[in-house]
Amino acid sequence: MHMSLAALGDPNRFRIVELLRDGALPVNDIVAALRLQQPQVSKHLKVLKAAKLVDVEPRGQQRLYALQPATLHELHAWLERYRQLWDARFDAMDEVIDELAAKDAQCPPPERKQS
Amino acid sequence: MNKTTMELSGDRELVISRVFRAVPRIVFDAYTKAEFVSRWWAPKSHGAALVECTADVRVGGKYRYVMSVREQGTVAFSGEYREVSPHTRLVYTQVFEPMADAGALVATVTFEEVNGHTRLTSREVYPSKEAREAALSSGMEHGMRESMDQLDALVASF
Repeated sequence: MHMSLAALGDPNRFRIVELLRDGALPVNDIVAALRLQQPQVSKHLKVLKAAKLVDVEPRGQQRLYALQPATLHELHAWLERYRQLWDARFDAMDEVIDELAAKDAQCPPPERKQS
Repeated sequence: MNKTTMELSGDRELVISRVFRAVPRIVFDAYTKAEFVSRWWAPKSHGAALVECTADVRVGGKYRYVMSVREQGTVAFSGEYREVSPHTRLVYTQVFEPMADAGALVATVTFEEVNGHTRLTSREVYPSKEAREAALSSGMEHGMRESMDQLDALVASF
């Protein structure tokens, strides 16, 4: 997960992953779509492959690069744990806010213009 | 509507947002005043409790939150307020004391009124991408973190 996040941290690799969401592509099509040099794209694909975000599928004479959704799901689940921590914090904060709002309704503070 | 959203931005930023059903003045107080922070920073549902909470909410003022986490002992977060604009905007630094060497993150929190409710948005900028990943991993068991360090070394070798 750490590795897949590191791999996605690069904007061009992120673009490759987005591009492959619509289906597997040969390296030439990725090069054309991203307007990058082939060696650069190959290097990015190597990192994405090592991070298990993409894999190579032979199709006829071609080698197609395809997303590995399982890794993306794992990454998402990992991020989701941190989001849930904040969600739990904010749920607890909601209770405080409801109490403060109830008190406020009984005894509203005088309006003050902020400068 | 009350769901918390989280987005990664670049490789060092994390943006967390949620709408609360109260005006910004109330949400700002709940977010900043120690007596209220002590009730939400360490969620019980995560087996955590706040054992110490001080906050001197003014520019240059300091805060420190000490949290006890089941089976992990206590950990402290602390920092300094850089900007305090009551009910609209707050900028503060934050150090996770066990990893103080990693540096401080800078959080910019905005409180935006939307039809009598408040959208709170916290944009955290970490000192490095590693520090952001460490924060994101904070819910994980130690062993798992170590194996991720190995993977990280591997990705760095490309």
